[in-house]
Amino acid sequence: MKRVYVNEEWCLGCHLCEYQCAFANSGETDMVKALKGVKINPRIQVEEGDGVNFAVQCRHCEEPLCVKGCISGALSIKDGVIHLDENKCVGCYTCVLMCPYGAIMPGNGTAVQKCELCLNNSCGEPACVKGCPNAAIVYEER
Amino acid sequence: MGNNGINYIHPEFEVVRDQDKCIACRVCERQCANEVHYMDEDGVMRADNSKCVNCHRCVSLCPTGALKIVKSDHTFRPNGNWTPQIITELYRQAGSGGVLLSSMGNPTNLPVYWDRLLLNASQVTNPSIDPLREPMETVTFLGKKPKEIVRDEEGNIVNNQTPQIRLNTPIMFSAMSYGSISYNAHASLARAATELGICYNTGEGGLHEDFYQYGPNTIVQVASGRFGVHKAYLEAGCAVEIKIGQGAKPGIGGHLPGAKIVGDISRTRMIPEGSDAISPAPHHDIYSIEDLRQLVYSLKEATEYNKPVIVKIAAVHNVAAIASGVARSGADIIAIDGFRGGTGAAPTRIRDNVGIPIELALASVDSRLREEGIRDNVSVVVGGSIRSAADVVKAIALGADACYIGTAACLAMGCHLCRSCQEGKCNWGIATQRPELVKRLNPNIGSQRLVNLVNAWTHEIKEIMGGMGINSIESLRGNRLMLRGVGLNQKELEILGIKYAGE
Repeated sequence: MKRVYVNEEWCLGCHLCEYQCAFANSGETDMVKALKGVKINPRIQVEEGDGVNFAVQCRHCEEPLCVKGCISGALSIKDGVIHLDENKCVGCYTCVLMCPYGAIMPGNGTAVQKCELCLNNSCGEPACVKGCPNAAIVYEER
Repeated sequence: MGNNGINYIHPEFEVVRDQDKCIACRVCERQCANEVHYMDEDGVMRADNSKCVNCHRCVSLCPTGALKIVKSDHTFRPNGNWTPQIITELYRQAGSGGVLLSSMGNPTNLPVYWDRLLLNASQVTNPSIDPLREPMETVTFLGKKPKEIVRDEEGNIVNNQTPQIRLNTPIMFSAMSYGSISYNAHASLARAATELGICYNTGEGGLHEDFYQYGPNTIVQVASGRFGVHKAYLEAGCAVEIKIGQGAKPGIGGHLPGAKIVGDISRTRMIPEGSDAISPAPHHDIYSIEDLRQLVYSLKEATEYNKPVIVKIAAVHNVAAIASGVARSGADIIAIDGFRGGTGAAPTRIRDNVGIPIELALASVDSRLREEGIRDNVSVVVGGSIRSAADVVKAIALGADACYIGTAACLAMGCHLCRSCQEGKCNWGIATQRPELVKRLNPNIGSQRLVNLVNAWTHEIKEIMGGMGINSIESLRGNRLMLRGVGLNQKELEILGIKYAGE
């Protein structure tokens, strides 16, 4: 299955992926309208320090702890992608605690949010990959 | 002492930010090595215009297109003689007492002869060729061409060809040293040259051990500093280039500051860390053509006569006579670099005032070598601002065998010609050694963009040749009847050896 991977060798720590993510999931068609004056809460987050940067988002693990821990069945694996059903989520944050990567976080308007590879938003392909200026984030089979 | 708290220099550029569009993502701030952009205490993005070199890194990465850079319209009292540039440079020197430094090629408004040459095409009386339907040959061999056919006792042809460089298209990446440009820039050039079946050139900084694998597409350079020259280095490439001069700074040497001689660069150049890399102005063992001949043959001897030797000279007043000497020195290829040629750092006055246009130099060298019957002794490669496929075609029609592109290659890798290479803070990861900046040039992207550029130019060369009814680059070479001049005087036409449009 194609997943989003980060080559930290090429990550510049520019944080553009975070803004592309926030825009892609905003439902807006204009980035300025979507993000002007907004404190973004992206599903991908750049870790940085000591000259090493890399972006982290849901790894779509084959044996995901978040799905295992979900008490309401809101998290499931659909064609390899870990999918969140907001209607079933009760907001217990077990998944937030379980994820070793910190890739599930409280959302804006929903209890939690996570990367679903932009398959369910208007972008249609991972916006972070498309917008990375140095091909540090890739969407590929490994 | 020189400034006394007075700022004589008004910023040349202004950063214009559309605050309606700015989402304060701080990409501009993170990406500017000159520290132009910053966020104030109210969370609003601001810019310090005085630090901006107009490299467009921020403009290119701004996700909402909120930025543009404009030239300041601040003015001195208009004066046709004392231009703002002259006044500002004078102030700078009165403050510093130093030689002005510049980078990349001569930007002054001197004539660009390529733009005054027009190409021919076939109409009615001879057919043009469609390169998409019919074969079109751009393969080029560089090196000495045999004068006669030699046969053995049985009448079979004896191969008396000396070593050649084979190029799929008559374009090479010109010499840019590891040190002046980054590891990733070298990696991009090496990988692109290999994929394209052309050559790149190490410049005078030696060859990084990681790049020996690209040897068949590498020209290794021997310059006056002899940095990084050893037997394995000479044997690594497909040809050896002796650099006598370069178009941006004919007659002077180079100086890579000790601060840049770190780690791999120190090892590759074979000089201690922190020591200045000083290339003397002349080769101290070459004061004549006879001396040059000795170095040419020393290098041939060292490489067992398996590699062609290139001698690179800057286009200066006597270029035709010098080229004639070089052609008799045993060199296989002469590379001529015009006055627009680029550099990582040169004294401004030298860059902008020394040397002659490559178009005139090429025409006079080609004519001189033909007159003397020694044109086949050497191939002629020209560089110094070849900007497009049309320039390549015009150069070949004037008599060049191939072209070197340096600035164009840098542009393909992201360079925006801000001409600040000497600062070592290249925001595009090309002319810098700072690791956080070097990584901005991902060689996967850089090499692909170079491959795209050369492929695009090759398509255009074929298209233009097809229009002329020519199906092989060999038939275009030195074919000056394919050129006509506009806006040129009689003397210029004479030197270029072409007719005026309409003739």
